[in-house]
Amino acid sequence: MQPIASGPRALAATVVHQGDLDAARAQMGFSLAWHIVLACLGVGLPLLTLIVEWRGVRTGDPSYRLLARRWARAMGVLFAVGAVSGTILSFEMGLLWPGLMGTYGQVIGLPFAMEGIAFFIEAIFLGIYLYAWDRLSPRTHLLTGVPIVVAGVASAFFVVCANAWMNQPRGFTLRDGKVVHVDPWAAMFNPATPPQTTHMILAALMVAAFLTSSVYAVALLRGRRDRYHRLGFTVPLVLGAIVTPVQLFVGDWAARFIAHYQPVKLAAMEGVYRTGDHVPLTIAGIAGPRGLRYGLRIPDGLSLLVGYSPNTVIKGLEEVPPDQRPPVTGVHLAFDLMVACGLFLLAVSVWLLVLGLLRRRRGGPWLEGESRPLRAFLALGVLTGPAAVVALECGWTVTEEGRQPWIVWGLLRVHDAVNVAPGLMAGLWLVVVVYALMTVATVYVLRRLTRDRPVPLAPQEHDVREYPVV
Amino acid sequence: MLANTALAAMWVGLTCYALFGGADFGAGLWDLLAGGSERGRPPRRLIEHSIGPVWETNHVWLIFVVVMLWTGFSPVFAAVMSTLYIPLTLTALGIIARGAAFAFRKVSTEVWQQRLFGGFFALSSVVTPYFLGSVAGAVASGRVPPGLAKGNLVTGWLNPTSALGGVLAVLTCAFLAAVYLSGDAARTGEDDLAVYFRHRALVTGVVTGVVALAGIAVLHADAPQLFHGLTHRALPLVVVSAVLGVVSLALLMRARLTSVRVTAATAVAAVLWSWGVAQYPAMLPPSVTVRDSASQSSVLGASLAALAAGALLLVPSLLWLYSLFQRRPAPATGDGERGA
Repeated sequence: MQPIASGPRALAATVVHQGDLDAARAQMGFSLAWHIVLACLGVGLPLLTLIVEWRGVRTGDPSYRLLARRWARAMGVLFAVGAVSGTILSFEMGLLWPGLMGTYGQVIGLPFAMEGIAFFIEAIFLGIYLYAWDRLSPRTHLLTGVPIVVAGVASAFFVVCANAWMNQPRGFTLRDGKVVHVDPWAAMFNPATPPQTTHMILAALMVAAFLTSSVYAVALLRGRRDRYHRLGFTVPLVLGAIVTPVQLFVGDWAARFIAHYQPVKLAAMEGVYRTGDHVPLTIAGIAGPRGLRYGLRIPDGLSLLVGYSPNTVIKGLEEVPPDQRPPVTGVHLAFDLMVACGLFLLAVSVWLLVLGLLRRRRGGPWLEGESRPLRAFLALGVLTGPAAVVALECGWTVTEEGRQPWIVWGLLRVHDAVNVAPGLMAGLWLVVVVYALMTVATVYVLRRLTRDRPVPLAPQEHDVREYPVV
Repeated sequence: MLANTALAAMWVGLTCYALFGGADFGAGLWDLLAGGSERGRPPRRLIEHSIGPVWETNHVWLIFVVVMLWTGFSPVFAAVMSTLYIPLTLTALGIIARGAAFAFRKVSTEVWQQRLFGGFFALSSVVTPYFLGSVAGAVASGRVPPGLAKGNLVTGWLNPTSALGGVLAVLTCAFLAAVYLSGDAARTGEDDLAVYFRHRALVTGVVTGVVALAGIAVLHADAPQLFHGLTHRALPLVVVSAVLGVVSLALLMRARLTSVRVTAATAVAAVLWSWGVAQYPAMLPPSVTVRDSASQSSVLGASLAALAAGALLLVPSLLWLYSLFQRRPAPATGDGERGA
């Protein structure tokens, strides 16, 4: 078990208003929750767009080409909004958590510097990709999309490296509250890095794939069964169906990692209060003073899952003093909801596999007709997008909420990292209003993009003359 | 040595942000002042066309500077961010409103939507550089002490030097944008627009010069240490900036739109570097120096190595991006939505 000492108080010595601490947490929480959906689309959507563009170049099929154009447009809007909301996060690291950055900024700076470079590459090639369709040959244009995908995955990797460090701080020595002997590489490649980054990158692909396919599932249900819509539904769904089973194993790996390295977090995730063996798996339930109430208990379940044996000892929350325990109900329910959404996505993926096999054996039409199973399948297809987003947000809740009260696991409390300036609550409201407006505008604009009338997102040279900017 | 290299790299990033991102902000200002929908259409179309492919890349310089500051000089980052969180929060909101509104306007088809998003884009293009400039003024005039939120949260950025910094930032952005845009218009053969922006460049150039001169008096009264640095160690750079400013005006009068890009950009860069030289080695004047606040050499070395490796990928990509859109396009392939 990690030694959890009452860490140094860092730079923050002044008393913090509790209200402002909550405001800072709320602001960070929702700006991250907002950005993360965009970030996932930024990783997955370029890959999907490249796949359809590649098929379009290979086959000359106009449906693929139209899909590529439309997705590229959505990509442009989403990337812009994702880029600015990501910038806000880098500001907020300092605006809200100067106590973290002042002391540990140098320890976790390296992955952020690399993320900056990757993001630069993304922005450059996105500019080229979106605006140079008619300046490059189709093959060259396709190739300019590859750096966007690679840099997108790399960005996700680097950023999650930094978050992993907050779970497993490494690569420095503390002397009198000052950081000495920094090894930025050891900090970056800490034990939490492999499971956390892999889990996140796969989640990003799932979110982008299922969200895209669910948009087309709606259209298919409304009777628009042309090739364009069928492909728009199938291509991303197949990607999602490939990734989901892998994610199941990676998720298990991540949970096993937590059991070993952050047992208090696992105890909160599973609602385990007392250390012992033969620990049951409790599904749902609300935290009471002595354990989870109203949950469904599977005897020995957790011990079996963690160590493949009912004799596996699971550490409970009692291992640490009450003021070092994460909030149980929220973390536990978020974890269960994430797992439930993951299993739902797996079920849809398996159904897709069965449908594909049946069609291959029998031949026949694909996604045609009005049979009840097909409509049910499409209806579930509509739900996959929201389910993937819920799983994503719940996963982050588990990671961040489960680390409480620490901002740096075992070393620095959130309370000691927050900005001591007054007025953070006012900042929170301002930010809430701006994000609300931006959400409305983004959804509105994306909905308009699905309309039939062609609107150039990225006007090419030949569009400029007639393009109406008022 | 490593600390100075990291500082220099950060300052190069800041210069690039001022020259590229600044021009995008300035374009937003001209968008704001372009007039009604009918009259303002040609300049707005040019602005949209010129900054569309590059604004996101130009914006990344800011992220680069922020990350370099927190990696290389963590305590300085913490002090600046916590004391100046009001103007910096407003900057962040301005950035978000600007980027999102610009992307939204591009896909809007109706006039009221284009007006609404265009209004957000243009307004935030003016207020954001103002707040960034006032943050620079706050640091330069020694109003950010070390520690967390130890400076005055209000007068830290509402003071004469910050106001000067903010106004100068807005003006230089407008000047750079007008210079670049007149060149872009001339390149695409829109001579009326070239003249339109050339006049605006001349006017903002003169106004910027006047404000900078008047600013000397402000700094003398409000930030004596900075004033001393600017009139002594940084004097050559100040002179270079002034001379190139005058040269730029002369080139604009003669409509030498390619060469004026170089002189105007160098003049603005010289202002930025004269601030840096005047303040060096202080990071947070008067007391915190580069040496006091720099991260350990292991961190600086690793970050600089990552930057050097990244530059091998970045520099050719950047050159390709900028050159690709300065050339005339190949004939359309018809692979567009219209063809599909």
